[in-house]
Amino acid sequence: MPWSLLDKCCEKCWHSPKTPCPDFINCSLSGPLCHSDEECAKKRKTRLEQLQHGEKGAKIKVPWTSCTLATGAEAVYQAVVDYISKRGLDITVSISGCYGLDFIDPWLEFVTKGMPTAIYANVKENSVPKLIERYFLDQDVSGAFALKEKTGNAKGEDEVPLLSELDFWRKQYRWVSRNCGIVDPESLEEYIASGGYKGLSRALKMGPDAVIDEIQKSGLRGRGGAGFPTGLKWRITRQQRGTPKYAIANADEGDPGAFMNRLLAESDPFRIVEGLTIAGYAVGASRGFIFVRAEKPLMARRLQRAVEEARKYGLLGTNILGSGFNFDIEVILSAGAFVCGEETALIAAIEGKRAWPRQRPPYPAEKGLWGQPTVINNVETLAHVATIMAEGAEKFAALGSDRTKGTKMFCVTGAVKRTGAYEVPIGVTIRILVEELAGGAPDGVKIKAVQIGGPSGGCIPASLLDLQVDYETLQSAGAIMGSGGVVAISDENCMVDVAKFFLTFTSAESCGKCMPCRVGLRVMWSILDKITQGKGQEEDLEVLKQLAETVRSTSLCALGGTAPNPVLSTLRYFMDEYEAHIKKGVCPANVCAALVTYLIDEDMCIGCGQCAMNCPANAISKLASGKYRIDQSLCVKCGTCYVVCPVRAVKKTSCSGGGGNG
Amino acid sequence: MEGSRRDEVDCASIDDLFQGLRREPHNLLEALRRVQSRYGYLPLEGIKKAAEYVGVPLAQAYSVATFYHQYSLEPVGKYRILVCMGTACHLRGNSLNIEFLRSVLGLKPGQKTTSDGIFSVEEARCFGCCGLAPVVMIQRPEGKNEIVGKANARTLRAIIAKYRRLEGGAG
Repeated sequence: MPWSLLDKCCEKCWHSPKTPCPDFINCSLSGPLCHSDEECAKKRKTRLEQLQHGEKGAKIKVPWTSCTLATGAEAVYQAVVDYISKRGLDITVSISGCYGLDFIDPWLEFVTKGMPTAIYANVKENSVPKLIERYFLDQDVSGAFALKEKTGNAKGEDEVPLLSELDFWRKQYRWVSRNCGIVDPESLEEYIASGGYKGLSRALKMGPDAVIDEIQKSGLRGRGGAGFPTGLKWRITRQQRGTPKYAIANADEGDPGAFMNRLLAESDPFRIVEGLTIAGYAVGASRGFIFVRAEKPLMARRLQRAVEEARKYGLLGTNILGSGFNFDIEVILSAGAFVCGEETALIAAIEGKRAWPRQRPPYPAEKGLWGQPTVINNVETLAHVATIMAEGAEKFAALGSDRTKGTKMFCVTGAVKRTGAYEVPIGVTIRILVEELAGGAPDGVKIKAVQIGGPSGGCIPASLLDLQVDYETLQSAGAIMGSGGVVAISDENCMVDVAKFFLTFTSAESCGKCMPCRVGLRVMWSILDKITQGKGQEEDLEVLKQLAETVRSTSLCALGGTAPNPVLSTLRYFMDEYEAHIKKGVCPANVCAALVTYLIDEDMCIGCGQCAMNCPANAISKLASGKYRIDQSLCVKCGTCYVVCPVRAVKKTSCSGGGGNG
Repeated sequence: MEGSRRDEVDCASIDDLFQGLRREPHNLLEALRRVQSRYGYLPLEGIKKAAEYVGVPLAQAYSVATFYHQYSLEPVGKYRILVCMGTACHLRGNSLNIEFLRSVLGLKPGQKTTSDGIFSVEEARCFGCCGLAPVVMIQRPEGKNEIVGKANARTLRAIIAKYRRLEGGAG
């Protein structure tokens, strides 16, 4: 192991968890501060240089996160390691987080002195040798997807744009995600070298009340969905008399379509640990919890590791950085329940009970975990806290809209070219997110709606894409900002099916404690199901609306309170689609299985047999002509043939009483 | 994986499972998770042991075991195929994919696990890999997960074939 910035530079350094030095963070970067020694200063400078370019002056970064692993990053990593050892190359291989640009996964980043840093997109393991040879041996950057920085002396430089010059980067403001894809998420040293733990150092010197003032001055509002002012929440918790107090990070990111918390925690976990430590300090808590969603185990592992590392260097534990503040964190993995995202349900889950929400007030700030004053913040909020404390409230408050300050991460998925997570100042339009950052609809389809805010959110029609994303504007349009999931819905999707999908989700996830949510959602689902079968009647729509209003106003917690939003918003903007199902028995988007027929266009069929080979129901047979035909009495309408046909000869039609439209 | 999956499991000596876990009620979720990861599901005896260990009534442990999705009270397949039912995955074809999987594995309505106990097909909640939708995750017995992005009938067929081969002609 090489000497690390966090190690003692010489015998004179006295920092340890038992004898903490208040200047540990500053000293690690620009020290030594307690003694003067040129050797020690040089050691730090050399090490910082090493972190940038690797110990050997050349480095390959492989992103090690759920999204890149799903596209084969592990095999790419292995190929890199194998090739380097085979050729005996002096190159450091390190892991990194993810830039949030899912469409380039898996990617590789090559760094070496004297050449621009290059990123290669959609790397396959068998192309690894060629890429390494070309960049490190031939010093040729052609073929790179983007360059990170110019150093001015590389061939082929003109062919590759800088990352910051690309459309999807230029419009972003990487404030809280600044380290994502840049640092090694398992290295506390790299986090500190990138400015980490400056916020906590500063906070501990300011005192809790001044920290709360600073957060209030920044205007930070909770990024989990409700948008409650963070500083105010802290102030209320601090003012409670009961002790002990607790601080909780809500990492139960459950909204389908939202993965910014996972991305942050997998790419820059120390920022969350630091943020929670600051929250604990501000409210006067000594014990913290990070509650992680069961479906995101890598996120939990990274956070767990970050906690252990922080403890090792005295950034958690007793007398943190000599301030007299004691704080430790426990990472808890959920066992899977969407309702855990609701704060009172989450508290019940940490207590080891069924995750049943309870009536508020009292709010957790007054009576939370084990009946004690508890502050709960979302992961992204806490990452903002650490960044604000390091950079100052003014910088944060200068970003964003009048009502809501700062930036927010949005995950744009569905029918767009560049799926991924993007961070923008609050108040940009939905159009910027969907079209300029995510590249708009893929060829051949049109975006007809955008679903914002997950199952609690609503569907906004394409005509309203110029709406600004902030809490109030979206609410008035029938959606919510929620955790920031943005799913583009194309004309190949049916809005009634989308509404039914969300109710399938929320009715299954209803915890069952209160009746409106448990029964109401189920009944709403049955009505939607009836409509998608083509058996709906006009009066169903009225009942659906009434039920939606009842569930919304009488449910115990926000799960039921917001679950009708997808139904209400589609009724509001896409009534024509509901009517087509009910009055004509037609699904205009050809999605609802009961209303769709699959046919093979025999003029287009090339007789390859893919459809018949993949048909699970053996419903497709070969004709004497060598073409294929679907036996409608056997067809289960699974759509497999439609997907596998290489020439798109399988057609979907939805028609009532004959008169097909091809 | 230890113990036989289908028969009655012997939970007499599972105390070592809870090593390092403090005997506090709030560790119930973790205690149950450890039981499940050893037996592949939660046998009643295992729930009892977990409840005893962390110090809660069996009723509470049972209510927790039946509440959260990740716990299963019945044996599941050696390879758990979890099909993401998140928004992006739904819109991009996972509702077709799950039907495809169920039919190629010959699962009847309501049946979760193949009769040879090799595969089970389950709906799952969003894995947060929405950029790669539709996504399917295969939980392997050694605890390692394989995530498959942009899944379709062809890739899924290949995956099933791959695990069947691993099982050495078991199917």
